[in-house]
Amino acid sequence: MKKTGSQILCESLIKEGGEVFFGILGGALLPLYDTLPQYPQLRHILVRHEQGAAHAADGYARVTHKAGVCIATSGPGATNLVTGIANAYMDSSPIIAITGQVARPFIGKDAFQETDITGITLPITKHNYLVTDAAELARTVKEAFYIAQTGRPGPVLIDLPKDVQQEEVEFAELGEVDLPGYRFVSRGHSVQIKKAVGRINKAERPVIIAGRGIVISQAYNELKELAEKAQIPVVSTLLGISSFPGDHILNFGMIGMHGLAYANMAVQNADLIIATGMRFDDRATANTKQFAPQALIIHVDIDPAEIGKNIPVDIPIVGDAKNVLKAMNKQIERGEHLDWLTQLDQWRREHPLVESGQGDELLPGYVIHQIHEITQGDSIIVTGVGQHQMWAAQHFLYTRPNSLISSGGLGTMGFELPAAMGAKVGQPEETVWCIAGDGGFQMTVQELGTIAQEHLAVKIAIINNGYLGMVRQWQEFFYERRYVDTKLWNPDFVKIAEAYDIPGIKVKSREEVTPAIQKAMDYPGPFLIDFVVEPEENVYPMVQPGESLSRILERPKPEMASSR
Amino acid sequence: MKHTLVALVENKPGVLNRVASLFRRRAFNIESIAVGHSEQPGLSRMTVVVNGDSARIEQVRKQLDKLINVVRVSDITAEDIVTRELALIKVKTTTATRSEVIQIVDIFRANIVDVAPDSLTVEVTGDENKLESLLELLRGFGVTEINRTGRIALTRGGTAQANRL
Ligand SMILES: Cc1ncc(C[n+]2csc(CCOP(=O)(O)OP(=O)(O)O)c2C)c(N)n1
Ligand SMILES: [Mg+2]
Repeated sequence: MKKTGSQILCESLIKEGGEVFFGILGGALLPLYDTLPQYPQLRHILVRHEQGAAHAADGYARVTHKAGVCIATSGPGATNLVTGIANAYMDSSPIIAITGQVARPFIGKDAFQETDITGITLPITKHNYLVTDAAELARTVKEAFYIAQTGRPGPVLIDLPKDVQQEEVEFAELGEVDLPGYRFVSRGHSVQIKKAVGRINKAERPVIIAGRGIVISQAYNELKELAEKAQIPVVSTLLGISSFPGDHILNFGMIGMHGLAYANMAVQNADLIIATGMRFDDRATANTKQFAPQALIIHVDIDPAEIGKNIPVDIPIVGDAKNVLKAMNKQIERGEHLDWLTQLDQWRREHPLVESGQGDELLPGYVIHQIHEITQGDSIIVTGVGQHQMWAAQHFLYTRPNSLISSGGLGTMGFELPAAMGAKVGQPEETVWCIAGDGGFQMTVQELGTIAQEHLAVKIAIINNGYLGMVRQWQEFFYERRYVDTKLWNPDFVKIAEAYDIPGIKVKSREEVTPAIQKAMDYPGPFLIDFVVEPEENVYPMVQPGESLSRILERPKPEMASSR
Repeated sequence: MKHTLVALVENKPGVLNRVASLFRRRAFNIESIAVGHSEQPGLSRMTVVVNGDSARIEQVRKQLDKLINVVRVSDITAEDIVTRELALIKVKTTTATRSEVIQIVDIFRANIVDVAPDSLTVEVTGDENKLESLLELLRGFGVTEINRTGRIALTRGGTAQANRL
């Protein structure tokens, strides 16, 4: 039977589970959008900026464990996706980006709204395609989903010329995906696993570092079993945070530049590290030369290119975290590590996470803490990038698997609102809190329009410090408080929300926090709270750039803090 | 140290760009790159010569291997390999020097592929040492143009790269 390229794309999306997609149309996509009404199963969500479409697809992918789809027209539409694609690439999030392209005869002629999007996205996609024949389209979409969702997930872009969307071809059933150049190892090498287990059984001060790979492979139970059976403390990277219950006795929190003091101390004093599904990002390791100086390092990752990239590894195990941990658990001996755990507990008591104020000033950590109290941790938290992101990582107790969605690798301000929107579309029954920076919120604020149009009940908490806070903190610490261009003049965020028919409240004091959060929770739709917090609150602990993870700067004692 | 990477890649538009872009992105300087059809339909074989220490080369090899269009890639530097390069060299000649140039070309078992009143074009194949030595001698006469293919390489013996890996 003959079908148009547009029909083939729609049917392929349905077949691959990509029924929901976020996008904005334009000239080069008119044939496709004209076909959409033939497929009521497809749900297109009209966003306000293509960056929002990509982040929404990313948020959707992270909460559903399947590919999220975004779509943009040729030229500026396609280039607007770039930040979102790069973000998904850095955090191994499976998204499918579909871009309209000028008709084939115009390619290479600098036609109106022509841009070389496959060229532009070459280094930020797992793979990309320019489809020059409608007969290739079904196979291309199938491959794209397969590549995006398997192995180490990542974004795949399909560039689709306008005339290919209109071209009619015979639509045949497809066989299996045949990609001779694409392989991934799921099962870890048994010799390596055996070697690793032998060392783990003998270790005195072992530590597990859990990364986003645990979340991606949904290896929560396997990780828990390993930790409990061998009594190994678990720390995590930012994106590994909800891979292990936050209230578990063996959980020692996040490591890294703003990691907890005792988490970093655990790593620096360990004699063995089991790094699983993490890539030794410099924000997690600090100075790599002085990272975990006494430890034998076991690195479990599905991407062989991550092994030895940033840190020399003693025992590499290439494979899917779930499979590898399962295999390890079969051989691992029961352990105790009493001395080690006692030591860590002592450090945990000696170095608690503290906030600066004792009075009634409104502190961001308190806000996050109260969101946790009221939701009882039963919420997906989506953050932007900056201080509020670190506070959200530190002050919310993540007891549910995969409950923190954040832009880790790229550190993209403006991720929060559209990603929260995508998360809500992906998990409509769940509570989704968007923890936004007042700076980042204004980078993608227009998605309030999408949220209103689609009635997405996203709860928005703006941590409004009136600053590009994280940068201000660096100016304070490393540039003698010269606050060059970090102070923000902000609009009235509540009025902005109201303009979009979204109710909101401004909160300026401690007592107002709980009732406001409660009100947001009780309201059946989207709700915004503008938390006007202490402007110069800093994120502690901090490991200064270039320093070793052992050199942890903790919050100065109150008297020093008040002398600021 | 110079490493020789040999990759079997899909013969599709943009593949050379993907490979070259990856070298650029990971800050590697390509010394030479040569590509042509392989024995298998739809696949090309690419030889890349690149400078760097073994750990970094291994990293770039793994990154190359991740490209969907790269079917196989190996660093064959340490293996028993045959390497060849072809060069075309245009040398200035006069009636007085022509026979001397021809003699040198003969010693190197190179060929003369074009003769003009004031120049000869020499075709030479061999490993880099041979090419460099010949060039060195010809420079004395005045070399006006050189075009080199870059290194191509195969491992010695019966097994093909595709089967070995
Ligand atoms: C798109 C983008 N531009 C610039 C930066 C650099 N940057 C990192 S954190 C930050 C400040 C963020 O301000 P805000 O959103 O208000 O969050 P806060 O740190 O105040 O909590 C900036 C500008 C970035 N990460 N992303
Ligand atoms: Mg701010």
